[in-house]
Amino acid sequence: MSETVDLLIIGGGPAGLAAAVEADGLGLSVLLLDEQTEPGGQIYRGIESVHPDTLTVLRDDYAQGASLAEAFRRSGSTYRPGATVWRVDEDGSVAYSQDGKGATATGKRVLVATGALERPMPIPGWTLPGVMSAGGAQVLLKSAGMVPSGRVAVAGCGPLALLITQQLISAGANVVALLETTRAGDYLSATPHLFGALSAGSYLRKGRRMRRDIKRADVPIHSGVSDLAAIGEGTLSAVAFSRDGARTELAVDTLLLHIGVVPNTQITRQVFCEHEWYAPQRYWRPVRDDWGATSQAQIAVAGDGGGIDGAAAAALHGRLAALDAACRQGKIELAERNRRADPIRYELAGHQAIRPLLDTLFPPPQDLCAPPDDATLVCRCEEISAGDIREAVALGAMGPNQLKAFTRCGMGPCQGRMCGLTVAELVAQAKGESVEDVGYYRIRPPIKPVTMGELAAMADD
Amino acid sequence: MFRRLHDAGGQSVTIDFEGDALQVGAQETVAAALMAAGAGHSRTTPVSGAPRLPFCMMGVCFDCLVEIDGVPNKQACMETVREGMKIRRQDGKRRLDP
Repeated sequence: MSETVDLLIIGGGPAGLAAAVEADGLGLSVLLLDEQTEPGGQIYRGIESVHPDTLTVLRDDYAQGASLAEAFRRSGSTYRPGATVWRVDEDGSVAYSQDGKGATATGKRVLVATGALERPMPIPGWTLPGVMSAGGAQVLLKSAGMVPSGRVAVAGCGPLALLITQQLISAGANVVALLETTRAGDYLSATPHLFGALSAGSYLRKGRRMRRDIKRADVPIHSGVSDLAAIGEGTLSAVAFSRDGARTELAVDTLLLHIGVVPNTQITRQVFCEHEWYAPQRYWRPVRDDWGATSQAQIAVAGDGGGIDGAAAAALHGRLAALDAACRQGKIELAERNRRADPIRYELAGHQAIRPLLDTLFPPPQDLCAPPDDATLVCRCEEISAGDIREAVALGAMGPNQLKAFTRCGMGPCQGRMCGLTVAELVAQAKGESVEDVGYYRIRPPIKPVTMGELAAMADD
Repeated sequence: MFRRLHDAGGQSVTIDFEGDALQVGAQETVAAALMAAGAGHSRTTPVSGAPRLPFCMMGVCFDCLVEIDGVPNKQACMETVREGMKIRRQDGKRRLDP
């Protein structure tokens, strides 16, 4: 059985939810497919079921997700949680699995709102049990009310590294250090962007408050650390880092890694949307116009999946994409679309004003984009090291796709999500080319593993 | 290892992890339940046999692959626990019944 809707949304984070509410209000039939069991995406994960005490720890920005989820529930959108999309076609047909069964649905317009994922942070030992992404720890806090039970260190850079540190402290976790890769020079080069960021003053105040809270809790912030390494036999026992020429080893039970988030481009790549390299933050994003329209006629993108702008902006991008979808399907005139978009764009500009500052202040560190130590694992699935990649390039591997044949990197179950950016950076460095020229893995369906049983179930209907 | 900030109260279920009965929150994912149980590791890799625990908790990294009710290669972070669910570590490559 295949159904057809006016707008098929993939992803139930702020962009997808806001788009659904707006589109429903404009008279479009909406189907929202989401991998999670509750609306909210990762940023508002667990928003409908969070414990009141945990809500206090997570604070207002998170709590704002509740009204969005509520508006979505009230809308006439069809909601299918626990639905994993594994293929999208140019004609708007979408294949997914839910409850062990495969199914297809078609959107006259498809909105990809699959958000961001954390940039890989390959350091020696990052596969050890006890090492986790900071976002992963935050998911545990949001969705299960859990915190690490022993000594915790957070390493890396970016707003989320500060935020999770502050949240863990406030939840009572024993955070022993924040190891920031941000250097004094990054603060200096970010200064010219400070004036532009003033219109996004609330973000600046939030940043200051997070640092102040961390310091007040007597958690040391070590800035400008490098050569991070996770140490342990079979499980994590310590984190090592260099700072001002000295090497320190700190005993920890949990190490949380974070160097920013990047667009999740698996679907937009799989359906052949054009992508561009965003140099300030060293990531790929789909080329999109002011309404989220991609190079594929029926496919739009909204939220961090189109470029990192944050949750508040993601919801606004979602609404713009919904307006555009309604206009394309004759529900509103072009002039009406533009009129309704004006206040949304005004608000969006306020949220985007902080980005040049953040982009400059928290550049992904070069030695974490392309790990210098040959032994550092890059592809966690197939256990391919930075040295393996360099060797294959020396042997003549032309780029990320040929490296699959040479080494199997990117061919494990995560399908390159955890190594793609690192591999591209390593190849670019080894060949003396730009990452843009080196390119990225070709992403093919199914973009999530699908069983024969799920496929067979499609034939039953 | 992780700890729960709150008691699950009445809303808990019992699952079986490698023969051990675990009382866990009814809304937790399998991965969350294993992190709180101090599972040590939840799988070993097919290539070198190295131990792994869940890493990203959002369906991206596939480091949380386990066997659930006899079905291998399940992402523990994407499955909500159910009463009586049987979870086993996935050692090396997944096995398929002949």
